[in-house]
Amino acid sequence: MHAGLDSPRLSLPDLARVASVGLRTRCVRAALSALGIAIGVAAIVAVLGLSASSQAGLLAEIDRLGTNLLTVTNGQTLFGQTAELPLTAPGMTRRIGPVTQVQYTGSTSANVYRSPYIPAVNTNGLAVRAASIGLPHAVRTTVAQGVYLNAATAREPVAVLGAQAASLLGIDRIYSGERIWLGDMWFYLAGILNPAFLAPEIDDSVLVGFPAAERWLGLDGHPTTIYVRSVTSQTAAVHSVLAATADPEAPNEVDVSQPSAALTARADAQGALNSLFLGLGAVSLLVGAVGVANIMLIGVLERRSEIGLRRSLGATKGQIRTQFLAEAILLSLLGGAAGVAAGAITTIVYAHIKHWSAVVPATAWAGGLAAAILIGAIAGLLPAIRAAQLSPTEALRTV
Amino acid sequence: MNGKATTLASRLPHQGSVPVLQLEEVTKTYGADPPIPALQGVSFNVGAGELVAVVGPSGSGKSTLLHVMGTLERPASGRVVITGLDVAALEDGELAAVRATQIGFVFQQFFLAEHSSVLDNVADGLLYAGVAAAARREQAAHALTAVSLGGRLKARPPQLSGGERQRVAIARALVGAPAIVLADEPTGNLDSTTGGQIMDLIEELNGSGATIVVITHEHAIADRCSRRIRLLDGRVVSDT
Repeated sequence: MHAGLDSPRLSLPDLARVASVGLRTRCVRAALSALGIAIGVAAIVAVLGLSASSQAGLLAEIDRLGTNLLTVTNGQTLFGQTAELPLTAPGMTRRIGPVTQVQYTGSTSANVYRSPYIPAVNTNGLAVRAASIGLPHAVRTTVAQGVYLNAATAREPVAVLGAQAASLLGIDRIYSGERIWLGDMWFYLAGILNPAFLAPEIDDSVLVGFPAAERWLGLDGHPTTIYVRSVTSQTAAVHSVLAATADPEAPNEVDVSQPSAALTARADAQGALNSLFLGLGAVSLLVGAVGVANIMLIGVLERRSEIGLRRSLGATKGQIRTQFLAEAILLSLLGGAAGVAAGAITTIVYAHIKHWSAVVPATAWAGGLAAAILIGAIAGLLPAIRAAQLSPTEALRTV
Repeated sequence: MNGKATTLASRLPHQGSVPVLQLEEVTKTYGADPPIPALQGVSFNVGAGELVAVVGPSGSGKSTLLHVMGTLERPASGRVVITGLDVAALEDGELAAVRATQIGFVFQQFFLAEHSSVLDNVADGLLYAGVAAAARREQAAHALTAVSLGGRLKARPPQLSGGERQRVAIARALVGAPAIVLADEPTGNLDSTTGGQIMDLIEELNGSGATIVVITHEHAIADRCSRRIRLLDGRVVSDT
């Protein structure tokens, strides 16, 4: 080695300029060859972004509905018969410290029809339940039409329809004096509820007051479902004591569940289908990589004189190799950046339409860019080695 | 013009009688079965400040000689010494550094980057010599002034005439003030008038101190050089 004869490294700006020569002089070709990578990265970013956004949407919905709702229902006895919750169950439950709200319903055997002329078999599968006065608030639903039961109407033949029940009965608005045929007598309609996501059984029910149900529908006063709201942080503790509190004599005949758990599970299950689309994105990336490799190989053949000139200007083999490798990475990275932008825009637009908050996970965009760089490096390796091994005299001879 | 050329010459090294380039019994063969000799025992020295023509018919080994002199190829046997450095003792990376700092090339086809400005084309002559970007552009502007293109720094090669393009290529070869400039048929792609003007420029640059070797098959061009080395079948037949 001779001192002072080391080839200096190209500075980063110089390398960037040299690496972008091919892209600047052949823009359309560069854009087309980067398109495959852009599509692949866009697919991956959009799939991950949409999945994360819909998950965020669902979690926001769960947050709105609250995860602190527990339901207590009557289970089965040891002999397989339907168990009965004690009359005292709501009162006992209300005494649990962290419990903030207790509401309940009681199933009746009555059927409901639009009028007495409907054949008895056409029950629409609707249930008639007695409901406590504060039920809608406990299950986070509201009244869509009219009013809910109050202390006065709970004693009279007055009913409120769940959202699904209203649609099955063909009733979409409440007018004064409107009646339905319920348990072989007329009940006046007071209102229609909005859907209750955490208590779908309310949706296909017709609700009447407990005193009315006991008087006209033969209900014995026993609740069948108790809706319990508690301090959110204490929900698990409440859950553990609920069965024994509701029915101290036979706690194993009581079912306790957390309706929001199903929604949470659904949020967790989001992305189960994603692997298919991610696979398609990966295939597109692979095709893009082949495209980049191909275009780089052609570029090396076309630019022999440039390579020869650079060698005569003092470029080492390593510098030529670095130039073409950097060009492939740059090409691929530009495609990847375009893909990230397209995927993010898709996510934002779709999330906006669905009223979700748009989420583009860092793993999606960073992963997309990293994949693009890796692909560029792999695709550019062979062309770069070819370019470096081209003898300068041979490169200069070809014009 | 002369004043500007002198500015350039003042930065050129190796003024004096020390040989810039020494060839001793250089041979080069191509192929193996049978081997075709391109150079057979070529020996000559080029001193600093000389203007040498290497002239010979097509196939006489001129291009091979240029590549060997320019360290783009190594000889099969014999010695090539540039500015005191024996090519055989240098590694490929070191040879690249020699090319970057000691040798300037001028090609028949100009080899200019069409999408870059004239200034950037010339500045790229220093790209691999470890000169900072600002200094490269400054020196390039000087070199372009020396070849009378100081007013067209922003122009792109397609906007220039053939003669102007070759001037740009010459400026690129000279921008690093190399010890020797090797010009391969510099007038080959030009009409005789423009070719004559390029030779005027080469003479002028030589007059201001640059060591230049012109490779040509045209005797008219060779006759304008103070020293002519005639090549035939890979051998030096005369050196006057």
